[in-house]
Amino acid sequence: MNSVVLLRPVPDPVEELELNGDGTDLDRDYLGYVLNEFDDHALEEALLVKEESGGSVTVLGLGSADEMEQMLYTALAKGADRAIKLGDDVGHLSVRAQADVFAAALANLSYDLILTGVQAADELDGQLGMRVAAKLGLPHVSVAVGVVAGEGSVRVTKEFWAGITAQYDLRMPAVLGVQAARQAPRYVAVSLIRQAQQSGNLSEEDIEVPADPGEVKIVAVRMAESGSGAEMITGDEAAAAERIVEIIRSAGKG
Amino acid sequence: MTDVFVVGEHLQDAVTEVTFELIGMARELAAASGGQVIAGLVGSGVTGLAATLGGADRILVVDDAALELFNPEAHAAVFASLLSGTGASVALVPYTSTGMEISSHLSESANRPLVSFCTSVKIEGGLGATCRLYAGKIEADVEIAGDGAIFAVLSGSSPAAAGRSGGGAVVEQTANPIDPSALGTSPVGLILPEGGDVDITAQDVLVVVGRGIASADNIQEAQALADALGGAVAASRPIIDQGWLPKSRQVGKSGLTVKPKVYLSLGVSGAPEHLEGMKDAETIIAVNSDPQAPIFGVAHYGWVGDLFDLLPELVDRLDGS
Repeated sequence: MNSVVLLRPVPDPVEELELNGDGTDLDRDYLGYVLNEFDDHALEEALLVKEESGGSVTVLGLGSADEMEQMLYTALAKGADRAIKLGDDVGHLSVRAQADVFAAALANLSYDLILTGVQAADELDGQLGMRVAAKLGLPHVSVAVGVVAGEGSVRVTKEFWAGITAQYDLRMPAVLGVQAARQAPRYVAVSLIRQAQQSGNLSEEDIEVPADPGEVKIVAVRMAESGSGAEMITGDEAAAAERIVEIIRSAGKG
Repeated sequence: MTDVFVVGEHLQDAVTEVTFELIGMARELAAASGGQVIAGLVGSGVTGLAATLGGADRILVVDDAALELFNPEAHAAVFASLLSGTGASVALVPYTSTGMEISSHLSESANRPLVSFCTSVKIEGGLGATCRLYAGKIEADVEIAGDGAIFAVLSGSSPAAAGRSGGGAVVEQTANPIDPSALGTSPVGLILPEGGDVDITAQDVLVVVGRGIASADNIQEAQALADALGGAVAASRPIIDQGWLPKSRQVGKSGLTVKPKVYLSLGVSGAPEHLEGMKDAETIIAVNSDPQAPIFGVAHYGWVGDLFDLLPELVDRLDGS
């Protein structure tokens, strides 16, 4: 079974975000980027499927972050067979445009499964995987949490809510928006990433960046209200512990 | 005049709360422009559920045994057909596990822009929305070019009560426009959660760990605190996805909704999906090193600092009592 995994960098979720001068976007100059964590799970699931059923894993990376190449080398070090970096310094694209770029790149590849993260924190206009599925007219499951490969089809578990899941058999090729792989994404040694850098398995592909139709335009951004509802406790950890125990006891507990 | 279409959602013989929230939101939007609220309900045996959607003016029902279990491919195609049949230029879709499969399809098939993570939508004076991006840390106002759009709306954005009544509530049966057997997706079956582990929905005190707990080993420190409080440890999604705690401990959209007397979070940032599952807890105390963490927006009490400094201080005080 041959899988293609679509990878995107996103601003590091543990970093503090700052806004640009005119309040229309993040201040991207100083942002650190990491691989979208759901894409990391999509990669892990693809690697698990490869280990169980053979075949190959190709990763496609789209994003202008300096870190993109490193993310692709890391994917190779983890076990992907081939990595393709789409375009160079393409700027921040809408999800609709990203889906166009990925769909065009997929036309040159043969695949049974396309996997990507269920969502990304900056997906303002839809979910990439589902847009790609709609564009290519392929069966799809979003919020996927496990894949079992069969002959010509895959059995996919989808999460609803409140712990309820359902299973689907999908004719391939199919598209999955992965919520979580069956196991946590693997770690990889830096030495293996260095080896991957020497492997020659990373290539670059020119892309045609679709003109932004400007259909969804951000006119203002602000930090979401936080702290407005909470009474903030001040002082060091001892003072905070004192106060928190007091609050818990006044709620009749502890 | 703008008609507003709502993608209705149901599971296990009940319409989901977010559907009523969206119908309520659609009522306000439609009223402002003199349009109608048109809800779609797709499945098997759903005709009876249609009567509950009292806030809609028209309820389009596709009731077909072949659509018994939610089928991402089939339901997306049926809703695309319903939407195009109504001519409504605006559609509200829940930003949920099922809505996610549908919204992108509506956008592509109707060639309409799609906006995700919406908390409010406006029609008058040009289409627009307010969205929560970057796991709820950033709020963005967006404007939409043109006169139609698909809005994927977060749960909890609008009161559900407004969607239960006030509409004409005319139920119209529509034949299933597609043949699900011709599609590439075959539903196998629904799987309900197994019991066995601690029931976090029945606890008075929850110590809830998030990404900030940093490693599986550190969870035992949170467990010591939960023990001292006579409660249990729960977690946000990243912890469950790492396999550090079982799925039965997950609070949030894809996990469980909890309403304990005391909810003490340690290193939980508070993505919208998490807040959905805990915002109604009686007393919410949040600890996070990031003063911007959205969890402080719903917490009653907050402390900004290192949870590993705080944990032993808390356990000392509780054990000593």
